[in-house]
Amino acid sequence: MTGFDEKLRQVSRFPLLAKAIDIFQMNVGKRCNLQCRHCHVQATPAHRELMSAETFSACAKIIENNSFSTVDITGGAPEMNPHLDEFLQGIARKGRRTIVRSNLVILVEKSYRKFIDIYEKNGIEIIASLPDPRREKTDRQRGDGFFQSFIDIVHELNLRGYGREGSGLVLNLVHNPVGAYLPASQPALESEYRRRMSAEQQAFFNHLFCITNMPIGRFLTYLNQSGNLTEYWQTLENAFNPGTVENLMCRNTISIDWTGALFDCDFNQVLELPVNHGLPAHVSGFDLDSLQQRLIRTGDHCYGCTAGLGSSCQGELAASE
Amino acid sequence: MADYYEKKDLVDFPLIVEDAKEAGEKFFAYYSQATSAGLLSEREKTLIALAVAATQHCPYCIDAYTNKCLSLGISRQEMMEAVHTGAAMQAGVTLAHATQMRKICTQKEM
Repeated sequence: MTGFDEKLRQVSRFPLLAKAIDIFQMNVGKRCNLQCRHCHVQATPAHRELMSAETFSACAKIIENNSFSTVDITGGAPEMNPHLDEFLQGIARKGRRTIVRSNLVILVEKSYRKFIDIYEKNGIEIIASLPDPRREKTDRQRGDGFFQSFIDIVHELNLRGYGREGSGLVLNLVHNPVGAYLPASQPALESEYRRRMSAEQQAFFNHLFCITNMPIGRFLTYLNQSGNLTEYWQTLENAFNPGTVENLMCRNTISIDWTGALFDCDFNQVLELPVNHGLPAHVSGFDLDSLQQRLIRTGDHCYGCTAGLGSSCQGELAASE
Repeated sequence: MADYYEKKDLVDFPLIVEDAKEAGEKFFAYYSQATSAGLLSEREKTLIALAVAATQHCPYCIDAYTNKCLSLGISRQEMMEAVHTGAAMQAGVTLAHATQMRKICTQKEM
């Protein structure tokens, strides 16, 4: 296998540098009500790692002092962090585009139902992962009963205007393959999701993002145990698309972990590869000038973002042919 | 030569252009257009390609198009229906030739 940096050299794209910081992504904790088979964070209900009020406050200050277009909140299940509510209301008052990556099914639970109101009231954009529009495939990855609970919450969100044109309330879905293969083109899958969700579930959403499963965390364990690891790596490398490099997510994002440490992306968090810009890699020493022209820390896992039409938290990176 | 039909052979397929550039490039341009969404969707064309791959016994194409079906969210049951369509066509093509046999028999037998 050719190393990722060598591959970048071959297409004259090495070294990989940040271009700006447009997205401020916060992973607010590893605790989750689910234990999905593909989760790169390997989140569980037992995890104790949650972002503190002090770190939230430090993040809020950085956001206020900078003009990032988007605040992107992920986890674990972000709702399981007790400080999320207050943080969202503070950010919303500043009018900053704010995304929460929710598994939605947590909103079925009584103690978390309040977030439906919080999201609606503050115009929070919701991104929710639904691996497949068919019950059996999704439940295979996410656990029995997930699909129905997910659809129940989508129905509630639709009633509030989420996923409906003109409401201003955005519900985007995420597709990731249920197995050791790459996602197809986003328009093709979005069309299929829309057809099935509308006809079979009377459920509606705005857009679908396709995300390639990264060979780390629980998905790596699955690849190993199922004998797919070597072929999956080969598939990722063979599908390397130089056209994705320009728009790689790490080039316009800074990723914060629950302790306030800074990373190039959520995957580097899991691999414990903090930013390499020569300054303190923590929100306490946040330095925009250095960070927005930093050298990105790459590894072979980066093939996951450059395969095919590319993959990011916002879906595909390169235009379909 | 270690084995025929090795999986890694598929990676070499685009490189056939090296030995006949113009024809190779024209083939791949045609192949790309013919298998991309047009009046038929990408899903429909991919299922057709899978059925043809199975009927033509091409392990490379079966591999490529099974993976593409999975990527497109096509279920195993839908793939199997497509392969049955191909199998039925092959059986039908075989049996339709029995009409030639019947015609000759009718002509020749007293």
